[in-house]
Amino acid sequence: MDKSLKSRKHHLSSTENQLTFLNNGIFASGKFQPFHKHLENQGHWPFKPSKLEIFQVNVGYMCNQTCKHCHVDAGPDRKEIMTRETMQYCLDIMEATKVKTLDLTGGAPEMNPDFRWFVGEAYRIGVQEIIVRSNLTIIMANPKYYDLPEFFANNNVRVVSSLPYYKKVKTDRQRGDGVFDKSIKALQKLNDVGYGVNGSGLHMDLVYNPSGAFLPGEQSELERDFKEALLADFGIRFNNLFTITNLPISRFLEYLVASDNYEEYMEKLILAYNPTAVSSVMCRNTISIDWKGYIYDCDFNQMLEMKIAVDSSQHVSDFDLEKIENRNILVNQHCFGCTAGSGSSCQGTVV
Amino acid sequence: MSSKTYYDPEDLKKFGDISEWNEKLGNKFFDWYGEVFKEGELSAREKSLIALAVSHTVQCPYCIDAYTVDSLKRGISEEEMMEAVHVAAAIKGGASLVHGVQMMNKAKKLSM
Repeated sequence: MDKSLKSRKHHLSSTENQLTFLNNGIFASGKFQPFHKHLENQGHWPFKPSKLEIFQVNVGYMCNQTCKHCHVDAGPDRKEIMTRETMQYCLDIMEATKVKTLDLTGGAPEMNPDFRWFVGEAYRIGVQEIIVRSNLTIIMANPKYYDLPEFFANNNVRVVSSLPYYKKVKTDRQRGDGVFDKSIKALQKLNDVGYGVNGSGLHMDLVYNPSGAFLPGEQSELERDFKEALLADFGIRFNNLFTITNLPISRFLEYLVASDNYEEYMEKLILAYNPTAVSSVMCRNTISIDWKGYIYDCDFNQMLEMKIAVDSSQHVSDFDLEKIENRNILVNQHCFGCTAGSGSSCQGTVV
Repeated sequence: MSSKTYYDPEDLKKFGDISEWNEKLGNKFFDWYGEVFKEGELSAREKSLIALAVSHTVQCPYCIDAYTVDSLKRGISEEEMMEAVHVAAAIKGGASLVHGVQMMNKAKKLSM
């Protein structure tokens, strides 16, 4: 299995190097205006958030997979894990602010030893919506995870699962050998407890990331194709398909550079800039928390170590909703990924 | 700036520039083009595969690039893409071979 950029000591494992790289080339030469200029031209500068609705918590970078496109640089060799103490801060915030959604991601969030405690407590205090972003294969990885579908159901978790394609070859190419077969088995287990089945009240969405240097196609058309193929071939049902654009950071950036696709991909993102997507990008109603409890505008900014721009309240132990909702959102050139075409967010397209 | 080759991938991005020298006809073409590829009795996916096949028949490198990307975006598999190219090639090959009948007719007419 491949290793993370961090353990390979790759020069792009440094966020400083990534940001320098992203700001050179077509931006340094003046061929294209940087992202913030696009916002400025639309009168969206400084870029302000709307009401906070989604509290996205990255409970650690450890993962049983090492996907080639991973923007987290997650993998089995990553040891960063959120503690129960930090989770408690998050729960206290959820309880005090009544933010609607707790969105758990990783790595494979299920690998955090306090994951079940965290979900159970969130359910107990009445969080309106609990999302777990599952890579699916974790459910089949070890007997201790086999009952995750039942656990999710008992805690009314909304499962959002990654599946880049409805056939084996492309899925395994992006996510590793054997991933497709295990993902299919996991989806069937989730269906068995009611996930994705009409009338069960248990919601399961799939996430599609393009397997390469191109933008996702029309979300509704891909959803139709995924539904037809997965039902016909494997009897699998699910609720929605979210198409997510790969942002040029971390291991996807490494892939773009190594395959000589970087510049062309960035140009595609810039030329597809959609002004109407700007008001609905996820950093406006979401904040992202890292395993240490620091706060970011989104999961991508987290991976670039761009903490939110406030003089205090950069950490969950010092949370101030008013400051968060009045902050200026930090942007950089990777943000073109969220405004291209129909836009992109953790909930799929935005327009 | 002169190019040493007839085809430059960068030129595909300038396709829209053809309207500069005849706006009326250029606009009509692009409107019509956009309409053609909308979902109709044929799905947009089917239309993309037809376009990919025809791109190979007319051997247009711009079109091949454009409809390869379009196929990938639509989640069309590599096997489907290659089958479409074989359909195009079979028609093109068949179109040559079927003229063999004309050759045979002529030869037979002229021969004792």
